[in-house]
Amino acid sequence: MSTAIPQTWYMTQRQLMVFLRQPAYLLITLIQPVVWLFLFGNLFKKVVELGGFGTTTYLDYLIPGVVVMSALSSNMWAGMATLDEIQRGTLNRFLTTPVSRGALMNGNVVSNGLVTALQSVVIVLLGLLGGAELPGGAGGVLILVVAAVLLGTVFGALSNALGMLVRERESIIGINTFLLLPLTFLSSAFMAPSQMPSWMRHMADFNPLNWAMVAGRSAMSGHPDPSDVLTRGGALLVLAVAAVWLSTRTFRSYQRSV
Amino acid sequence: MSTRAPAVQARQLVKTYPGDVTALSGLDITVEPGTVFGLLGPNGAGKSTTVKILTTLARPDSGTATVAGHDVLRHADRVRRAIGVVAQKSGADPVATGRENLQLQGRLYGLRGADLNRRVTELLDRFRLSDAAGRQVKGYSGGMQRRLDVALGLVHRPEVLFLDEPTTGLDPEARTAMWDEITRLAGDEGLSILLTTHYLEEADRLADRIAVVDRGHVVVEGTPDGLKGELRGDAVHLELRAPVQDAGRTLLEGALAALPGVRETQFDGRRVSVRADDGAAAVPALLGALERAGVAVTAATVARPSLDDVYLRYAGRRYSEAQAATGDESAADALAPAGGAR
Repeated sequence: MSTAIPQTWYMTQRQLMVFLRQPAYLLITLIQPVVWLFLFGNLFKKVVELGGFGTTTYLDYLIPGVVVMSALSSNMWAGMATLDEIQRGTLNRFLTTPVSRGALMNGNVVSNGLVTALQSVVIVLLGLLGGAELPGGAGGVLILVVAAVLLGTVFGALSNALGMLVRERESIIGINTFLLLPLTFLSSAFMAPSQMPSWMRHMADFNPLNWAMVAGRSAMSGHPDPSDVLTRGGALLVLAVAAVWLSTRTFRSYQRSV
Repeated sequence: MSTRAPAVQARQLVKTYPGDVTALSGLDITVEPGTVFGLLGPNGAGKSTTVKILTTLARPDSGTATVAGHDVLRHADRVRRAIGVVAQKSGADPVATGRENLQLQGRLYGLRGADLNRRVTELLDRFRLSDAAGRQVKGYSGGMQRRLDVALGLVHRPEVLFLDEPTTGLDPEARTAMWDEITRLAGDEGLSILLTTHYLEEADRLADRIAVVDRGHVVVEGTPDGLKGELRGDAVHLELRAPVQDAGRTLLEGALAALPGVRETQFDGRRVSVRADDGAAAVPALLGALERAGVAVTAATVARPSLDDVYLRYAGRRYSEAQAATGDESAADALAPAGGAR
């Protein structure tokens, strides 16, 4: 077991390198949040006047929503990378070495988590540049980042499991396209819950995306509600553990099918 | 031979994939230490499945196997430390440089610091990759990638090296270079190599011993020369204008086999393969017999027996035919290098 930690780190480094050596990809991941924060944010900035947003500006309200949504949309493609590794033979190459099997999976989780954290911080900084106030301070931002990373882990692990199970790019593309917008709109990303139709509000209560937003938004407000943060954060943690467990199981079944 | 444990010993390996696809139906092989063992057969014969089991990737349904003396099921971890694997698919990281790929591979086997750097530099030199060491692998040529793959498999100085179709997809020049590389490897102290290939010429040229695999088991095993030597005499190949019908075929087979100096005949569509003590002397008699039977011959060649003849004899079908049965369009390609007269 003593070797599992350095090996996890080697695997993490390897994945991060893929990300860092493709500057175009880095840039693209930031274009979307900029569009949401500044185009969408300006277009709809008067909606805060409806009330129930709990912030003075729409930009303040939007930041947690965009952070969480970006965490979802970047992690849900994790399965594509895993599929590439399978098809290229990279995964099999590692499986014939003594590398800890756990390190192979964990390297994915850790590198995706780090990328999500970086992406979240950049989005918050962009918001600050745009004049956001963030009354919750650095502590609030930290909780938002953790919530985004947990949510990213849930969908990253599920995407990986799907990739190993179906081994088809089309399935991942199909499911992601199907899920991204409904999950986003059935959450408090853009609209205060009190302004949502009640059926949507109730559905949002079961949406993990919304849990991350509620926890982050509460922590970032001037008067955080610890129970919001703990219940939603706790639920996300449980879900993340379950999703990683599931993807580890799928990994074992992949090994049997080689 | 030495008293060391066999590099590879597989007994009665059976593996069935979902959908009742039998990949292995009782495969036995033994690879003596320090030798190159060639597993020869068409695609779908079970070569890759054998390699997957021996390299701990897949589990057999039944049967046992040891590699470097360790049981592949009970001590998979010891096996993994003892083997180097060069799979059919490259598996190198395309965004990483050649050097980075080798460094990571070394770290996975516990190499660190100066030892690691020394070993990596040594391998880059040896495989003529020093100039490209700092470049991302995605820009490498096919031959360079393959050399890097072999280097990756050797980073920890394994006892047993698996080369799964090492030259498939390479252009002729890169293939010849790879053959030289493998020949050099075979000279390394104590390294045992299990090579799979569907190129007859490759097995003939590189392997000390060959096992011909067909439909999941070994149909014959021996040294390349021994196998060819078992087919005494020459191979005479006749090409007919039209295939002979079943009824006429038996009669004709009998008539040809009765000719002096003719040992065996095999009809295969428009082709007839004959083994004769003296090929050149047998040709006129063969042509005469066929003419009397009203069968037109368009070509006749005499050759020393090739591994293709070995394959035909033991697997009961032509190598190209077995390839075609698996839907592999490279069948003609596979046969081509072995087609020349020996």
